[in-house]
Amino acid sequence: MGEPAIQITDLKKQYQGTIALSSVSFDIKPGEMFGLIGPDGAGKTSLIRILTSLLDPDDGQCRLLGISVNNEPEQVRKVIGYMPQRFSLYPDLTVGENLRFFADLFRVPRQERLKRTEALLQFSRLTPFVKRRAGQLSGGMKQKLALSCALIHTPKVLILDEPTTGVDPVSRREFWGILKTLKEGGVTLLVATPYMDEAEKCDRIALINKGNILAVGTAAEIIERFTGVVYALFGLNLPAIAGWFKKRLHPNQVQILGDRVHVSLFADTTETMDSLCREAENSGHSIRSVEAAEPGLEDTFISLIVEKN
Amino acid sequence: MHAPSALPSPPAVSVRNLTKRFGDFVAVDNVSFDVSQGEIFGFLGANGAGKTTTIRMLTGLLKPSSGEGTVGGWDVNREYEKIKTRIGYMSQRFSLYDDLKVRENLLFFGGIYGLSSQKIRERVKELDGSLNLLEMENRRTVSLPLGFKQRLALACAILHKPPILFLDEPTGGVDPIARRYFWDLISELAAGGTTVFVTTHYMDEAEYCHRLSIMDKGRIVEMDSPFAIKKKYGMTSIQDIFIQLVDR
Ligand SMILES: Nc1ncnc2c1ncn2[C@@H]1O[C@H](COP(=O)(O)OP(=O)(O)OP(=O)(O)O)[C@@H](O)[C@H]1O
Ligand SMILES: [Mg+2]
Repeated sequence: MGEPAIQITDLKKQYQGTIALSSVSFDIKPGEMFGLIGPDGAGKTSLIRILTSLLDPDDGQCRLLGISVNNEPEQVRKVIGYMPQRFSLYPDLTVGENLRFFADLFRVPRQERLKRTEALLQFSRLTPFVKRRAGQLSGGMKQKLALSCALIHTPKVLILDEPTTGVDPVSRREFWGILKTLKEGGVTLLVATPYMDEAEKCDRIALINKGNILAVGTAAEIIERFTGVVYALFGLNLPAIAGWFKKRLHPNQVQILGDRVHVSLFADTTETMDSLCREAENSGHSIRSVEAAEPGLEDTFISLIVEKN
Repeated sequence: MHAPSALPSPPAVSVRNLTKRFGDFVAVDNVSFDVSQGEIFGFLGANGAGKTTTIRMLTGLLKPSSGEGTVGGWDVNREYEKIKTRIGYMSQRFSLYDDLKVRENLLFFGGIYGLSSQKIRERVKELDGSLNLLEMENRRTVSLPLGFKQRLALACAILHKPPILFLDEPTGGVDPIARRYFWDLISELAAGGTTVFVTTHYMDEAEYCHRLSIMDKGRIVEMDSPFAIKKKYGMTSIQDIFIQLVDR
């Protein structure tokens, strides 16, 4: 086991009275793929900026591979790869030139560069566009090129801030395949993401809200914290049924998922699904059947955050 | 099919063989479709499929290479100036003023559409329930988390209650709770008669759309209601269908 790859102890940060992080602590193990989830403004980016030595904490410590970020920021920058939420490419360089530029910057050996470039172009589907200037790519293509530039070298620790915003589902799946390969090669990964299906791919997850860590654990462990009940409703007009429940309960508690509507009742409610369904039927909705469903990470995310508010 | 109970209203958006070339690259390749008034039209597709390019042609920002279209009855080839003032548009990389405070951005964009400060304040209050604008009013836009910026950009696009709304990835980078509020607001707008033309890469959001179009390499490869599409492919997940259609 040994020392954690990333060690965060009592980290605090305020901006003009707004608390961005109020005493955050957790560890990430070497070779772990660690997910960071939380609502917008929860403190994810502040935490990442502190870890990457771009922002000074008010108080607390963090160490990456045993190196203190507070005392040796230059050393830290040498071992990490980092992709900020908004990453700037060179719009006048082509796709190929951008990749080459970052490979040279990180002193990637030629053989390695060629191999890596091929894999990255495969995931990003940018092969037909290597000669196109980056400024002329679509939003998602730019994001994928930025990701590719960040992944052209192999850092020991890779920190990604919402890497797949704007990336389509096909590329998203392949991108996570690349992350998995890196993990298997021993890279430690910290990924902030608003996608729950991505968080579920991580070994462990921290849920952060208003600068506090609400839960840390595997997806299954976090889901166990959900204390309510989730119901799956089947029926004729799902959008109408979902609409009714959103009005009657709260938009947070209702989601259409494929051929069913999920409605979650939090632990503190006095409502029962039986009577709610009767009410819905009386308002003209036709619900064919109701069954208890497994709560997911998103249900838990929402209930933990709503509970704290 | 339902028999029309009243005279059908003309489509809010109608497009025939719309095409855009950049040099010899065809970004949008002969697309045709209609969007009805009050419809939520989910314009899905792979990265680079041509969604933003199509939206830019429909919002009067880009001249089509060929083909025809109308938006709100106006011709996209000739009456684009009228279209611009009549619609709402939230672009993928939106153009908020980073140096301004949130309140100032709202006043600025409201002003463009000819709204008085008084009217703007009323609208902001109305929208606060869904978008929580007031809590961030006095913050500088540059300091906002991405998800907050998206909320502000959406507000700026709908301050003037446009009858037709183009939203290019409105929920990109928005957290799951805020996304549900966004879609609630979108559904409410549509129920009130607003036509919503929206792109997203979150396939769970496809379920909120009345109709979907799935685009790949400049062409529309599928178009129907989420229900009908799922039935056709015998799958329950739009994401799986999307991957099957696009991953070739
Ligand atoms: N000015 C331009 N010159 C050359 N090619 C362009 C230009 N603008 C767009 N393109 C190309 O047109 C294609 C379609 O781009 P568009 O932005 O419409 O895609 P999109 O469907 O919105 O993708 P995304 O999901 O990534 O936002 C892409 O291949 C893009 O590189
Ligand atoms: Mg786009």
